Amino acid sequence: MPLLEIRWHGRGGQGAKTAALLFADAALETGKYIQAFPEYGPERMGAPVQAFNRLSDEPIHLHCGIKSPKIVVVLDPTLAETVNITEGLPEDGVVVINTTESPDAMREKLGLTKQKVFTVDASKIAKETLGRDIPNTPMLGALIKATGILNFDSMLKSVEEKLKKKFPNNPELVAKNIEAIKKAYQEVGR
Amino acid sequence: MIVARTGNEAMAEAMRQVNPDVVAAYPITPATEIVQIFSSFVHDGLVDTKFVAVESEHSAMSACIGAAAAGARVMTGTASQGLALMHEMLFIAAALRLPIVLCVVNRSLSAPINIHCDHSDTLASRDSGWIQIYTENSQEAYDSVIQAVKISERALLPVMVTIDGFIISHGMERIDILDDREVREYLGEPPKRPNLLDIDKPITMGPLDLQDYFFEHKRSEIEGMNTSLPHIEAVAREYKERFGRYYPVIDTYRIDDAEVAVMAMGSAAGTAKVVVDRMREKGKKVGLIRMRVVRPFPKNYLKELIQGFAAVGIMDRSDTLSTLGGHLYVETRAVLYRASHQPPIKNYIYGLGGRDISLEEIEEIFEEVLEIGKSGKVTEPVVYKGVRE
Amino acid sequence: MKEGWRKLPLGAIIPEAGSAEKFHTGDWRSERPIYHPDKCIQCLICFIYCPDSAIKVEDGKVVGIDYDFCKGCGICAKECPPKAGAITMEREMK
Repeated sequence: MPLLEIRWHGRGGQGAKTAALLFADAALETGKYIQAFPEYGPERMGAPVQAFNRLSDEPIHLHCGIKSPKIVVVLDPTLAETVNITEGLPEDGVVVINTTESPDAMREKLGLTKQKVFTVDASKIAKETLGRDIPNTPMLGALIKATGILNFDSMLKSVEEKLKKKFPNNPELVAKNIEAIKKAYQEVGR
Repeated sequence: MIVARTGNEAMAEAMRQVNPDVVAAYPITPATEIVQIFSSFVHDGLVDTKFVAVESEHSAMSACIGAAAAGARVMTGTASQGLALMHEMLFIAAALRLPIVLCVVNRSLSAPINIHCDHSDTLASRDSGWIQIYTENSQEAYDSVIQAVKISERALLPVMVTIDGFIISHGMERIDILDDREVREYLGEPPKRPNLLDIDKPITMGPLDLQDYFFEHKRSEIEGMNTSLPHIEAVAREYKERFGRYYPVIDTYRIDDAEVAVMAMGSAAGTAKVVVDRMREKGKKVGLIRMRVVRPFPKNYLKELIQGFAAVGIMDRSDTLSTLGGHLYVETRAVLYRASHQPPIKNYIYGLGGRDISLEEIEEIFEEVLEIGKSGKVTEPVVYKGVRE
Repeated sequence: MKEGWRKLPLGAIIPEAGSAEKFHTGDWRSERPIYHPDKCIQCLICFIYCPDSAIKVEDGKVVGIDYDFCKGCGICAKECPPKAGAITMEREMK
């Protein structure tokens, strides 16, 4: 795999950084070199935030910001109105967005032509499974379905292990997150 | 073992494996996690360390000095204003010849207040008598913290190891960590040195030292720094033999047939390596010099190295506010004085307060240095790359 | 003869305990205390107050003054109970 760059858009509290970390960890386990880093500003709940991934089969030396990501993942549909989420996206780029709208409607809204647009109602999935609108883990499932970057089952296994470590006393929460990822994997459409 | 770790996690992990006797620390962005993660290791009983939660960095370094004077293996971590608040105590740690290891996350100094990376905090401490090692990524930070313990105990000088704030401290990368047992076997017990808790050999530390002895003691401390480079190199060689990873005093990249070179330090050197590759693909003979050890300043190596180029661009993530330029530039100029060949050099000050430096900007620097190499002329010796005019 | 820098212990430590004993501060005196054992009531107040530990005590009793370290400050004479008057000050004669 040549160097692959991903940008995550979210709002403070939605877990964009955590998603990037979980994704990188899962990629690491398939033998990839990885980077995951947030764009840090003052940490305010609700403010637009970004997080980034780099993946490669070779060691990654780059330590500059990502300006032209091949893949953009959007955790919050309202960001499309306030942030230029397609900035730097190349013609063969991919957008995966959490929204109730259809891929065609989103494509038009974002003014995209050649790029692929995938949509999934990750907020609904999160509310149904986790009981709260934290769409970061379902969007991991959607990202993998949309791009095929990683093996889905190995990603699930890696995320499950990480969540178990993070929430050792809450196996139910771990199970619900896994369910949300699976659901989003099934429901994401182009 | 291959794991994904942020720079802060990597440094905290190295500290856990070192299992120091005492850690006295105070949290500060972006180094907070080092202290936070390590304190959880203490709480969970994964280390035997006495953790001293102090009320300021001045107290943190004071407690480290006391513990090191008592013979303990001591580590701590800080950044920016925290390092500035330690400033007074840094000189004392060095002059008492105490082996203390300090993990520093580079962050700009106020004002204006900013939490992001530049190198002005540690470079403001460059004359304190501490060995300074600037690392490029999480892997090197991890390895360097372990090496620093050995270096400090051999050179009998405190050592600070730095990573770039947020870029490395909060960026997760793939790193290879050693087994706990390997690290502990490598470090062994600290060598015995005169200490305050040795009741069979009582000593006095830090006495008043006036006109008749201070100069001799200071001269002796200076000699400690002057002769520390071989210790750093020996540890690097041993580490390579044991664990396979090698870090020279000055890291170089594709310089063998390079016509010109750019010098950088910290995480931006990684980005610059990618630029070198891209320019090499276009047939441009460029290379990179990465300063890793800055105290002691490796003057002989640098002089030898730098004379071979037609021109050198020097990237500084700091300014000396002296009208002379950035720290690396000023010191490189001093090294070149009376060198038989003095290549033209130009200073590019960049990235203050965490301003990103892009591949394109670094490529522009290389292109300009190639031009200087051809013309031999530097019109403006110090420029600020990436600042809005 | 003071040593050059190469021969000094690292870190400016003083590698032996109690080396102040070699530094005789007794020659700083311009007045000296005189101890009168016949008047002494052995209250040991002079021993407690002496800032230079220059009151010699053996078997719990004051036996005299250590002139190697006494700087002649006169605190012992001042603190000696007036009714006893076992320590008096006089000009130092060298």
